[in-house]
Amino acid sequence: MPRLSVWFVRASMIYLLLGFLIGALLLAQKGIPFYAPVWYLFPLHMEFLLVGWLIQLAMGIAFWIVPRFRSDQPRGNVNLVWGVLVLLNMGIVMVAIHPFISVGWFSLAGRFLEISSALLFVLALWKRVKPMDADNRA
Amino acid sequence: MPLLARTFIKTAMVCLALALIFGILLASGLTNGLFPVYIHLLVFGWLTQLIFGVVFWMFPKFSVEKPRGSETLGWWTYALLNIGLLLRAIAEPMQSTQANPISGWMLVLSAIIQFLAGSLFVVNSWGRVKEK
Repeated sequence: MPRLSVWFVRASMIYLLLGFLIGALLLAQKGIPFYAPVWYLFPLHMEFLLVGWLIQLAMGIAFWIVPRFRSDQPRGNVNLVWGVLVLLNMGIVMVAIHPFISVGWFSLAGRFLEISSALLFVLALWKRVKPMDADNRA
Repeated sequence: MPLLARTFIKTAMVCLALALIFGILLASGLTNGLFPVYIHLLVFGWLTQLIFGVVFWMFPKFSVEKPRGSETLGWWTYALLNIGLLLRAIAEPMQSTQANPISGWMLVLSAIIQFLAGSLFVVNSWGRVKEK
């Protein structure tokens, strides 16, 4: 597994834990109410599990698994995908903390970073989605 | 494919089918507490459980002696995940129809054991996420 995938997958596991922890608090609150404001964490639960866990894990595994080029850059432009990792996680953090601070544009900026990271990811991996021997035929 | 991975993946498929049945119930107007169960059967029972199974099967080896880490922890993860999900699927509609201490504490128990399932998965898989 390449180093970049290790970062993606480990980050996704951290979000899995955080998302599960918040989910457990929410479910317990549904069962035996103990602290109603815990519901303010609901958007974080979704953000951490859908974007932080599922999407980030998929990106890390895709970077590792999809066919490589027969060149000195077998996984394409790695720096671009490091940028994806940074932008995605900045976006998640900004979206997550937005309900707790009084900066209205944080959520919008966070979403913009997430979309930017997704577009960069598509750009970086598009040509690697190919038949295994496509390089030879070219 | 090892037995644990097959068990995870086949159970994930059962959750997918159950979720789609819940989807039919929702579309037919039965809504009391079913929507969160439907979503969690899809995202937790299907997607996450499928991932757990594939990770156990395909991630880099932990060591020569224990290529897939602790199989015991893996089975505990499987059991806790599915018991937690089942408890929730039973208790959440009960609690939303008529809240009572039994379904309430079932939800608390479900919350704890689902969190434990996720934690055990991370503990068991973390060491296999490594550079080759």
